[in-house]
Amino acid sequence: MRPLRHLWRGRAGDPAPSRMAYRMQRFWLTPVYRAAVRVGLPVFAVVLGVGLWFHDADNRQRLADLAAHLRDEVAGRPEFAVRLMAIDGASPVVAEAIREVAPVRLPASSFEIDLDAVRAAVAELDAVAAVDVRIRAGGILQVDVAERVPAVVWRGPGGIDLLDNGGRRVAALATRAARPDLPLIAGEGADAAVPEALALVAAAGPVADRLRGLVRVGERRWDVVLADAARGDQTILLPERGAVTALELVLALDAAQDLFARDLVSIDVRNIHRPTLRLRGQAVEELARIRSLEWGTPLPGGVGQ
Amino acid sequence: MKDLYQSQRAMRAMRRAALTRGVVAVLDVGTSKIACLILRFDGPDALRDGDGVGALAGQTAFRVIGVATTRSRGVRFGEIDAMPETERAIRTAVRGAQQMAGVRVDHAIACFSGAHPRSYGLAGEVEVHDRAVTETDIARALAACDLPDFGQGREVLHAQPVNFALDHRTGLGDPRGQVGNRLACDMHLLTVDNAPVQHLLDAIHRCDLELAGLASSAYAAGVAALVEDEQELGAACIDMGGGSTGLSVFMRKHMIYADAVRLGGEHVTQDIAKGLQVPRDVAERIKTLHGGVHATGVDDRERIALGGESGDWEKDRQTVSRSELIGIIRPRVEEILEEVRIRLDAAGWDSLPSQQIVLTGGASQIPGLDVLAPKILGQRVRLGRPMRVQGLPQAASSAAFSAAVGLSLFAANPQDEWWDFEIPAERYPARSLRRAMRWLKENW
Repeated sequence: MRPLRHLWRGRAGDPAPSRMAYRMQRFWLTPVYRAAVRVGLPVFAVVLGVGLWFHDADNRQRLADLAAHLRDEVAGRPEFAVRLMAIDGASPVVAEAIREVAPVRLPASSFEIDLDAVRAAVAELDAVAAVDVRIRAGGILQVDVAERVPAVVWRGPGGIDLLDNGGRRVAALATRAARPDLPLIAGEGADAAVPEALALVAAAGPVADRLRGLVRVGERRWDVVLADAARGDQTILLPERGAVTALELVLALDAAQDLFARDLVSIDVRNIHRPTLRLRGQAVEELARIRSLEWGTPLPGGVGQ
Repeated sequence: MKDLYQSQRAMRAMRRAALTRGVVAVLDVGTSKIACLILRFDGPDALRDGDGVGALAGQTAFRVIGVATTRSRGVRFGEIDAMPETERAIRTAVRGAQQMAGVRVDHAIACFSGAHPRSYGLAGEVEVHDRAVTETDIARALAACDLPDFGQGREVLHAQPVNFALDHRTGLGDPRGQVGNRLACDMHLLTVDNAPVQHLLDAIHRCDLELAGLASSAYAAGVAALVEDEQELGAACIDMGGGSTGLSVFMRKHMIYADAVRLGGEHVTQDIAKGLQVPRDVAERIKTLHGGVHATGVDDRERIALGGESGDWEKDRQTVSRSELIGIIRPRVEEILEEVRIRLDAAGWDSLPSQQIVLTGGASQIPGLDVLAPKILGQRVRLGRPMRVQGLPQAASSAAFSAAVGLSLFAANPQDEWWDFEIPAERYPARSLRRAMRWLKENW
């Protein structure tokens, strides 16, 4: 047998791969291992490194501090500063209220302004119907407001309030005399029926100069109160349904027979088929006297209907 | 006999698995070079369906994606002589081919030329069970062949049914479904020495490859180098390798005889080295560049520098004329061809109807062989190159690669062998549960 030493001596010139190199090549040509080595290993190493680094609480704290610092640095740049609040579409009073309630202290960075919170806070104001908040170029916090328009004055349990045509509270009112141009409504639950009240006020146009206001009774129907300087107020009791029709009926009666000029306390049209008048005390006696003259005998009782 | 049947069946199963995976290596372990081809099969979808042999003998089914050749080491006469050396050479070839292919290959089909192949013609005859011949009948007919006593330490390498006869009709290629009473078959059995095969198996196994098939290189070369007509009408393929010269005789598309002469191109090189007193690699170079077997007048004037690094100026400046070189080469080549002639005559070559001879293999490339060979082997001699297959580079399509290409074709389109048929029930050991199962299956 030849000596085996030449196997070691001739290693450099031997073109044959060693058993290890041969196996490595075959290993490398296997797709699964290839993918594992080329993708799996680096991913594992990176995840392991990052995981070990984050395992230390100090490192986590340092990273959080660094992030906060960077954020502050960027947020503090003058390009992001907001210095003014511009309010469009609001009366001076409302604008003042908006400035008060908006949860921002200017100047501030635009990163720190929570537009949603501002929007929510402003929308909470009763006088504001719709609001749009945005940051405009030039460092201006722009607030576009649509105000509620007061339609009636409500003398409710909590004082005198202004309501819009949907019944939403707009503002409080010191005295009724502050807004004489608006119709007055009263009674509990009146704010829930403001549209009907407005329709009644519109229907009561012919007697607008005498209209004192509307009273909600039992949270279900309206009374119309007309002022009469000579004799005292007159009340029209309207039904729950078809109140406007009933009021028009009463007004038609007035036009035909001059109803309101008579000495009446109230006109009851709760049953529209049977309008009922209620006379004042003197008028009852007068009616009884006239009837006794006509019929010759006094009527029993003293109630005329 | 039984374990060979099992191991060959295991190899068949392995080959099927390799074809399913789509990549298989072909290893030609020769005396002078080891070639490795890596074939990619495009799967059963790409194979054309239909019965029997597809068009072009199946070589369209695969594509060569990796080729590597390396100088063989530790192989003599086509047999492994120094196993670690051979293992290294196989590793080199496989690594090169894998690198070119870019895929890992786990299954290899190998061929070798040595190990004293010997052919036997076998005949068997059985009664057909039903009227029509079934595969079971064929298996029984094959099993009915008397096995000759081929001696201790021999193993069957190929056992191919080459002819079937049904009653008085002979020459049937495929008797299945035909009606008759007696089915006779002829089988060609090729046996080789056990030990060299075992060594080759070990060497391949130590390269982490599973063996998926084994073939004689004479057979593989015949498959690649003979054209279809020659295989059909009858021809002999002489594969002139480095350490041994294989010959295979084909008829009606079956190999009917194979043998090997333990002489080859390496002996020519050795003669030159001895005759001219030069190292073997110089002799090999001189043979390849200037060799020939037919001297002419001009060869006397052509001087060939022998070269050398001995330091002796007189020796290193020596030249020989080409005539002298041819004078050394020719007797050896004549000896090889005469030896082949003797083997052919012994096999009854003279009685074959068509006496076409095809010379292939690396040693057949020596110039002038086409003039010399007819003087010894008869007039109908041609030089053959392997069939063209897809993806085979030009460098690997010379006559030296006949066996490798033939092995690729063998992998794509193997010949039916005896072990492709089920063992008939009688051949199972008595008292075997499988025997009972077979008996039940056959009778109900």
